Parts: sequence; C-alpha cells; structure tokens
Amino acid sequence: MTLAITIGVLIAGAVYLVLQRGMVRIVLGFVLLSHGVNLLLMSAGGVSRREAPLLAGGGGEALADPLPQAFVLTAIVIAFSITIYMLTLAATGKGDDTEDAS
Amino acid sequence: MNTVLLPLLVAAPLLGAALLTVLPTGRLARFLLLGTSAGALAAGLALLAATRDGQVYAHQVGLWPAGVAIPFVADTFSALMGTTTALLVLVCSAFAVATGEAERRFFAPLVLVLSAGVYGALLTADLFNLFVFVEVMLLPSYGLMAIAGTLHGLRGGRTYVTANLLTSTVFLAGVALVYGTAGTVHLGELAGAAQDSPVVAVAMGLVLLAMMVKAAVVPVHGWLVRTYTAPSPAVTALFSGLHTKVAIYVIYRLYALVFDGEASLLWIGLVVFTATMAVGVLGAVGETTTRSILVFHMVSQIGYILLGVALFTELGLMAGIFYLVHHMVVKASLFLSTGAIEHVHGTGDLERLRGAARGQPLLALAFLGAALSLAGLPPFSGFVAKLTLVAAALDAGQWTVAAIAVAVSLITLMSMLKIWGSVFWGPPPGAGPAPELGPGQAPEAAGGTATAAPAATRAPARIRTGLVLPAVALTAVTLCVGLGAQVLLDLSAQAAAHLLDTSAYVEAVTNR
Repeated sequence: MTLAITIGVLIAGAVYLVLQRGMVRIVLGFVLLSHGVNLLLMSAGGVSRREAPLLAGGGGEALADPLPQAFVLTAIVIAFSITIYMLTLAATGKGDDTEDAS
Repeated sequence: MNTVLLPLLVAAPLLGAALLTVLPTGRLARFLLLGTSAGALAAGLALLAATRDGQVYAHQVGLWPAGVAIPFVADTFSALMGTTTALLVLVCSAFAVATGEAERRFFAPLVLVLSAGVYGALLTADLFNLFVFVEVMLLPSYGLMAIAGTLHGLRGGRTYVTANLLTSTVFLAGVALVYGTAGTVHLGELAGAAQDSPVVAVAMGLVLLAMMVKAAVVPVHGWLVRTYTAPSPAVTALFSGLHTKVAIYVIYRLYALVFDGEASLLWIGLVVFTATMAVGVLGAVGETTTRSILVFHMVSQIGYILLGVALFTELGLMAGIFYLVHHMVVKASLFLSTGAIEHVHGTGDLERLRGAARGQPLLALAFLGAALSLAGLPPFSGFVAKLTLVAAALDAGQWTVAAIAVAVSLITLMSMLKIWGSVFWGPPPGAGPAPELGPGQAPEAAGGTATAAPAATRAPARIRTGLVLPAVALTAVTLCVGLGAQVLLDLSAQAAAHLLDTSAYVEAVTNR
C-alpha cells in the first residue's frame, strides 16, 4: 500500500511538472516520472519477499525476485543519460520556450 | 545457418561505431560507414534467403537455457524488415556523404548505433530487451536531431526528446505491468497470454499504446509532424524509414503473438487507423513546404500499413507487410529527392522553389516515380500494395474502410502534383528574391545561385549527380518491386503465415 501511494504521488507530481512551460521543470517532471515507473517495476516482482537473492539466502518464498531489480538498474541508467541530455538542451538556445508563462 | 551469427547483426554496427568515434573524419571513416551498412545489407539478404521458406532461427545468447538467455530470433518478417532497414541506412548514408554532412563529428557513429538499435529491436524476443533496443535506437536520434545546430533544429529536438521520453516511460510502465501480471517478459512464454487473461491484455494494451504514439497514429501524431521538419533531409529520410516503422513492426508482432489476433478488439484498430489515413492526408493539404507535406503523408500512410493488422486476415497481413516495405523505400526516396533540392537551394518552401528543378531530368524522374508510387499508380510497387490492401478490406467486408482508402489515394496524388507542379514544372525562376542560403549549404551552391547573375537571367542551380543518385536508386527499387511484385508478395505471405500461426516462432524461441 505504501508503495502504491508513493508511486501515485510521484506520478501526480510528474504530470504537473511536465505540463509546465519551462524546460527545466519538464526535466524535473521526467525525473519524478522515471522514479515512479522504476518503483512500479520493483513492485512487479512482489514486495513481500525481501531476502537477498543469493544461493545461501534461503528458499524461494523468502528471496526477492532479482529480475525486476536488474530491469530497474538498466532503466535508471537510461533515464539518467537522457536527463543530462535534456538539461543540455535546456541550457543551450536561449529565448526559446525556457521562460515562465505564469 | 549458424544461429550464433544473429547477434552479430547488432554487434558489428556497434563495433563500427566505436571505431568511427576514434578515427578522424575522412576517406577511411566514410568507407567504414558505407562498408558497415553494405555489410548489414548483405547479411540481411542472406538471412532473407535462409528464412524464405518459413524457417525460424533462434539463438540464446551465451547458450544459456531458453527462458533465461537473451533470445534473438529471425523469421521472414524480421529478415524482410532488417534488409529494408539496411538498404535505407546505406542509401541515406550515401546521401549524407554527398551533402558533406557525414563529415560532421560523430555523425557516422550515431547513424551506426541507430541502425544497431533497429536490428536489435527487430530480432529480439524479449519485451524488456525490446525497450532497451528502442532506447539504443532513440538516443543517437536525439543527437542527430540536434547536430544541425540551428535554433529551429534545437526547438524540434526539444519536442522530439520530450515526446519520445514520455512514450518510452509509458512503454516501460507497460513492461512492468506485463511482468507483474504474467510473470515473464519472454515473448515465447507470453504467446496467447493476453487472450487467456484480461489483466495481461490491459498491461499489454499499455505497451501497444506506447508503440502507437511512436508510430504517430492519429490522434497522437502531433509530435511527428512538428519535429521531422527540423533536422537535415538525410536525417529525416533515415528517421522516416526506421523509427515509426520499428513501432509498426512491434505492433504487428505483439498483436499476433500475445493477443493471438483477438478478433473482438480489431474494431478499435479499424476506426483509429482509418482516421489516421484521412487526417494525415487532409493535414498535408494546408502545408506549404515540401517536407511538411511529405511528413503529413507519412502519417496517412501509417494508417494504411496498420490497417493490415486491424483486418487480421491472411490477405490483410500480407498486404500490410508488403505496404510496410514499399512505404519505407518510397518515402525515403521522396525525402531524398526533395532533400537534394532543399540542400542546394536552402529552403523547402514551395513558393520560393518555383521552377527550381527545371532542367534536372534525373531528379524529376526520381521524384515523379516515387510520388506516383506513393499515390498508388501502376507500374510501381504502390499500386500492388494498395490493390492488395483494398482487396483485403473488401474481402473482410469493410466497405467503408476500402472506400476511404481509395479516396485518400486520390488526395495523395493531388498533393504530390502540388509539389510537382510547383518545384519541377513551375515557371522558370526569375521574378522574386534570390533564395536565401541555408545553414548547411555547400559553398559551390552558394556561388551558383545567390551571387552569380542578376535574378532575371539566373540559371537554375545545378544539383550534383551524387545528391540525385540515392533517390534514383530507391525509385528504381520501387519500380522493380512493382514489376516483379510476386517475389515480395510471396515473402510477405510467408511472413503473414507466421503471424497467423505463431507456433513455429514460439517453438524456435522456447526450444521446445
């Protein structure tokens, strides 16, 4: 339940920020959005089993599912690199749509 | 065939790209760019020959057991797409070399990484790997989009990155939901899963939604028509041939495999894709530059291609796949022939290009052939594609859809004649201001047009043969495909048969 609420709050914040005019706010919105989706990926593997998935760690009921964690790792790297690129885009080319309309 | 070679189709372009980043730009770099693309084309043709009779090849990377390993699969459909992709990458690279764009730092490696991502997305049989390969394809595109360095390009680049990042995130959320509901992202194990469980169907629906945004289906086509006019012509031609088409390939593959062609949902496709056909072509009517007209037509044609999957009959799927290959070639040819004019004259505005291409018979032939093929006139491949598609729609009892498809063809022809009548057939340039120079324009063109003679006696700028040949080559391909359509029709029929009956694909990828 905590996880579901966290995902909901993150996505709600992300949607608000992405709908703003300033490029930097949009970038921040995407950061929140990728966090929310990463948590969604984590929760896809089940959250009740949390033991480290090592051979000595116990039975299948206790071990966490390692596959979503690997997914999240990949997704974080991709989101991080695109965030950097978008910040570069926001910093170059002034007078485009970076100013606030509010 | 040794299946170990399959991942090489992804690895070789990546290796070429790595080499190109350290090499200085010059003759060796050009050779490496064109050589790698030509090698991929040869590999694609070999793969097509091997899968022609319905053989499916699968390789589990690292020889891990099926289900654990990263699977690479090639059947007729993916081989056909891979070959066409390789052809486009080769021709667009040749065009970029001719315009001098390939000399820009990192242009060549970005193109190769882009092509590697496309091959990976076509060959993978794992939903998460598909996400990764789509990102591998998109990241260099962001770079190529901004490489033009103009403010217009940058603005387009911002919209492009934002729209695609949002879609990719939705795609990732869809993958998460599929894993959460079905417990796997392996396409072999997901076969038919959406038909068994409505929960998986909803999760998979999210993935398909993301793919439809990437394919620029109406009503989510706005990002495409506003961003594809921003980069240089060579890059637009490359994007038009690869990006949206990978999304279309994924829609075909996933709907056939995971939904097993579920008939109760097909009406959504029929409505949406017919709207895409109509809205795209009507949008083109009001545009005034060559490229924006062509981009709107692209949206319209995407509706035609996806109609095949919405009909989901053997004839419909065959027609859709034939249309997909035909469209990739023809659209790139149109972008390249108008791109050659745009490159020399520095503008794509129809008013300013009036009569600009007079005395360019080769370029005119290349454009006219591709334009007639796009509109669907014989003897070009577009005629066969449209005829089979309309026949499939009539066969399925969809009279309205068939009628709209024919009507849209007529408007397409009208729109193509608008470009033809203005750029190729207009009065010779004379009155009016001399064309302004574009940012990436070659110096010899500058000498030819703007400064030479007073406007009244100015001869039209000569367009070098090197700029014209890529478009001519692609138009020749569409003519050959149109005349010898049976070869491609047979291949499409084989690909369609595997989409209707997925057991061979599933068997190969799960090793059962």
